[in-house]
Amino acid sequence: MKLRVLLAAGALALLAPAFSGDRFWLQFLGKAMITCIFAASLDLLVGYAGLVSLAHAAFFGISAYLLAGLSNQLALVNPLLTLPICLLAAAVAALVIGWLSLRATGVYFIMVTLAFTQMLYYFFNDAPGLGGSDGLYVNDRPRLGPLDFADRPTAYAGIWIALVVTYLLLTRVLRAPFGRVLVGIRSNEQRMRSLGFPTPRYKLVAFVIAGALAGLAGYLDATLYGFVNPAQVGWRQSGLLLMTVLLGGKGTLYGPMIGALLLTFIEHYGEQVTTHWNAIVGAFVIAVVLLMPRGIAGLLRGARG
Amino acid sequence: MTLSLFALQLLNGVEYGLLLFLVASGLTLVFGVLGVLNFAHGSFYMLGAYLAYWLSARFGSLWIAIAVGVPLMVAVGLLVEKLAIARLYARDHLSQVLLTYGLVLLFNELQSYAFGNDVQSVPTPAPLSIRIPLGEAQTWPAYRVFTAVACLVLAAAMRQVILRTRFGMRVRAGASNAEMVSALGIDIRRLFAALFAAGTALAALAGMLAAPLTTVYPGMGEGVLILSFVVVVIGGIGSIKGAFLGALLVGLSDVFGKVLLPGFASAIVYAVMAAVLVLRPRGLLG
Repeated sequence: MKLRVLLAAGALALLAPAFSGDRFWLQFLGKAMITCIFAASLDLLVGYAGLVSLAHAAFFGISAYLLAGLSNQLALVNPLLTLPICLLAAAVAALVIGWLSLRATGVYFIMVTLAFTQMLYYFFNDAPGLGGSDGLYVNDRPRLGPLDFADRPTAYAGIWIALVVTYLLLTRVLRAPFGRVLVGIRSNEQRMRSLGFPTPRYKLVAFVIAGALAGLAGYLDATLYGFVNPAQVGWRQSGLLLMTVLLGGKGTLYGPMIGALLLTFIEHYGEQVTTHWNAIVGAFVIAVVLLMPRGIAGLLRGARG
Repeated sequence: MTLSLFALQLLNGVEYGLLLFLVASGLTLVFGVLGVLNFAHGSFYMLGAYLAYWLSARFGSLWIAIAVGVPLMVAVGLLVEKLAIARLYARDHLSQVLLTYGLVLLFNELQSYAFGNDVQSVPTPAPLSIRIPLGEAQTWPAYRVFTAVACLVLAAAMRQVILRTRFGMRVRAGASNAEMVSALGIDIRRLFAALFAAGTALAALAGMLAAPLTTVYPGMGEGVLILSFVVVVIGGIGSIKGAFLGALLVGLSDVFGKVLLPGFASAIVYAVMAAVLVLRPRGLLG
């Protein structure tokens, strides 16, 4: 109950910059909230279903690239059209990659998802017309009547709504029998199967839901920044996101969101302080794994007794 | 495609596959015995290539560079095992992925700090810089022949070590039941450390051998790491024979993909992996 009040307060606090109109904070917190959606969707797989997927950045990228394509090639700017198309594309990609990857289990699954991510990375990097390593600009951002998402406060408000909807959706999904089955699969898949649950299908559905939400994050990112590039699709991105989930605390939806906010801050200020930023991230990842495997959420819970 | 061009690509594919085998065999053994999925394995390949560049410039010979570099990388392997990997034996896959991912970032930064971010080339050792004629128009560089033969010799030696020596016997025992091995009074921690260092050295040696062929550049370890994963997935985890088969398959698909489908060269490799997953989810020999 206390948690719910805190989350609601946090959500309202995040809404405030939409009215201030400060360009830096809108972009910065907008990015942080997108990462929240992205990390929470991965947590559905990592923290609840026990699936360590490195393919998550791929769905983000597919959706972002598709938005750029729809806008640049077909002049489609209506978000009521482009959003469902991009989410559907991410979900279909998740269905195909998930179906193949989930044939493998455990450590195989990790390696296969990594391989497919890299396949898409090379595709976006090499395919003609996709701008190579520079990526693509979204010439016309989504626009609907008086709402122009090239306008930062509007984009920010859109991202805020998407984050709230994602959080509510994920809590519903996890509280439903479906979510309980996923947790059961994480702790003992064999037992769930012998209880009569078709566990592969449950895992695949979770993979597709998470993929579609990653697509949502990609769509919002391309809307906020107006460009996409292959670096957002690669395995480093997936690795960083896994780290976000672990830092915040896997298996709690709010944990990865706290992790996302924190990492966005650290990243922004860290890059200003040193050029050897990646060394700091590397050392930080190692420290988190060794010293606080239950993440920030674990610390909070520990403090509460 | 003419016959001689076909032969040339076939040889290139086999040679590339054999190099991949050196990397992938360490990866699969470390996972099979130690139970740790090591993302930093590609970094050892990269460090090997950079050591070859740096030491061969210093000593004027790739051979001396290899002779100095391999023991150096064994030491690096022992150090990494002691400081990082040893803490992962009882941990879940997520921790293993993330900790070794952190190591990748550190090694990349070390490389850019120590050697810079330029692409470097390593001269081919003099007696091997000739080209062997192959049919009317094609030639095959002698250094590639040497690399292929060296890898084959190493693969045969590895087989002998694993099947015929006490160390190999312990490795095989460790792969099937590490707990039992340690209950029988064998110091499993030392076995793990030795095996990890051997895998490190093999990956680094592959990087050193590849350096004159591929040039040396930042991020070169990551491409190899991912192809090694594909090799292991195709071959089956923990299986050296599977890694050998998988490596040849990936090497050939990659080389022929580049000739036949230039736009989608890398896609072929993944298509092969997808096919194996559909038909045999645990790998060819898993």
